Amino acid sequence: MRLVLEVHDVTTFYGDSQILFGLSLQVQEGQVVTLLGRNGMGKTTTVNSIMGIVPPREGEIRYGSRLISGLPPYRISNLGIGLVPEGRQIFPNLTVRENLLATAGNMSAKKDPWDLERVLAFLPSLKARLRNLGNHLSGGEQQMLAIGRALMTNPTLLILDEATEGLAPLVRAEIWSRLKLLKTEGQSILLIDKNLLALMRLADRHYIIEKGNIVWSGSSRELEAEPALKARYLGV
Amino acid sequence: MDWNLLLTQFLNGLQLGLLLFLLASGLTLIFGIMDFINLAHGSFYMVGAYFCATLTLLTGSFVLALLMSVAGVFVVGLVIEASIVRRLYQHDHLDQVLVTFGLILCFDTLVHLIWGPEGMAIPLPRLLDGQITVGSLVFPTYRVIIIVSGLLVAIGLYVLVMKTRLGMLIRAGASNRVMVSALGVNINRLFMIVFALGAALAGLSGLLIAPITEASIGMGNEIIILAFVVVIVGGIGSIKGAFFSAVLIGLIDTMGRSYLDDFLKLFMSIQNAETAAPALSAMLIYILMAVILAVRPQGLFPPAGAR
Ligand SMILES: Nc1ncnc2c1ncn2[C@@H]1O[C@H](COP(=O)(O)OP(=O)(O)OP(=O)(O)O)[C@@H](O)[C@H]1O
Ligand SMILES: [Mg+2]
Repeated sequence: MRLVLEVHDVTTFYGDSQILFGLSLQVQEGQVVTLLGRNGMGKTTTVNSIMGIVPPREGEIRYGSRLISGLPPYRISNLGIGLVPEGRQIFPNLTVRENLLATAGNMSAKKDPWDLERVLAFLPSLKARLRNLGNHLSGGEQQMLAIGRALMTNPTLLILDEATEGLAPLVRAEIWSRLKLLKTEGQSILLIDKNLLALMRLADRHYIIEKGNIVWSGSSRELEAEPALKARYLGV
Repeated sequence: MDWNLLLTQFLNGLQLGLLLFLLASGLTLIFGIMDFINLAHGSFYMVGAYFCATLTLLTGSFVLALLMSVAGVFVVGLVIEASIVRRLYQHDHLDQVLVTFGLILCFDTLVHLIWGPEGMAIPLPRLLDGQITVGSLVFPTYRVIIIVSGLLVAIGLYVLVMKTRLGMLIRAGASNRVMVSALGVNINRLFMIVFALGAALAGLSGLLIAPITEASIGMGNEIIILAFVVVIVGGIGSIKGAFFSAVLIGLIDTMGRSYLDDFLKLFMSIQNAETAAPALSAMLIYILMAVILAVRPQGLFPPAGAR
């Protein structure tokens, strides 16, 4: 299997405060990989490091064989990483349609790329909202839009930070089913969420982060077999 | 009431308003999107006028000179953005004001060195220099040209910002620049283009007025204050707001100057009216601004979804 993303021994700071302490993780092609951990452990910081939003001070991040740590966010995105950020961060002053189109592109030169039509068929709840401004959407619709917006860049690796946070159960179920579908199409995904049960069903591999370091990694079955882990690191 | 005079003044006000719009549209985009206060925006207005004056002499064609000058000011905008302005986005507004004030002095001195202390007239081609007569109304052709071209640019700008991909990115960048770059857009380049576009529009404004007033050092320094009023009254970052408030302010300023004394004479002595009117008319738009800000602190048309 081919390596899509390799985070190696990364150290990241906000100003003087160090958040990541030599963090490493890997995503293989076609895998769904999760990053688990309690609040404030550095999951979003890991995402920001990968995306170049907060460039790591030490360590290396590779996308395929290419070194991407040190590149500006737009170049990292252009190489084929699509971000569904924490808090969704829809453009509030753009319509749904514009949110989807503004940053669209076929970054990884896919043969059968995502376009407006395909994204709307995949996320039908957006169809009736195309002319609405981003800030007029419900939380669930915003998350669908954030997913659609990232897919419109045709990423090789999709990163979702807090995929279902603050959403109603029905909407969550919808999102899990969409992600499942993406996985069957071979989409590589790095996934952050607190809904352990759903994650275990969906993902191939899990990383547990504690105070800026990976303290455990393994498959869903291995995680299932160690209830102590959940109590200790995930607070469940 | 002299209806011809009223109509003439209305057209003059409209002309001032549209020139103000050209200047203010770039200012409001740069202020609204990059959160950058550019006092030196009026310098592009001046540079546009001087470029056009020189190029008209060199090429013999005003229209050709106009096109080349707008392109020239666009390039000047690119250079200023990349060399100076870019470093200031992260700084607070006071730093931006200080540096761009310094830029005004540099531009004025540079123009003085290159073109000398005298102003430069721009001769108009005969075709544009005549007058248009409608009934008993006689109005200079060139002023009509200014009005028409101002309206065309306004429409073009509206289409650019509201309908094109670049416009979407400009608006998206105004609300969340980190996300725009995380989704693959080079925000530095986007800002550079917006800045240069604003500069080019300011240059266009300056070179359009120059055949009437001539190009002169510091010509942008007075009108830039009006342009800031336009930006604030219209709603920072709003092209639509800039348009309506520019026209409103152009009309009020022009009408105030010509009719305020008549108006005041209705309820004070002729002598008092004639002394009060000029002072008051100079203040009129600032009074307008104060009133509008008291009622709508966001301005007339704040951009959609603005927080
Ligand atoms: N911009 C910032 N400046 C300084 N410290 C920050 C900043 N953002 C986050 N932190 C700190 O970094 C640490 C890790 O935050 P991070 O957002 O990466 O956690 P997280 O695992 O994503 O948490 P959550 O589950 O709440 O999203 C926290 O202690 C947080 O307070
Ligand atoms: Mg987080």
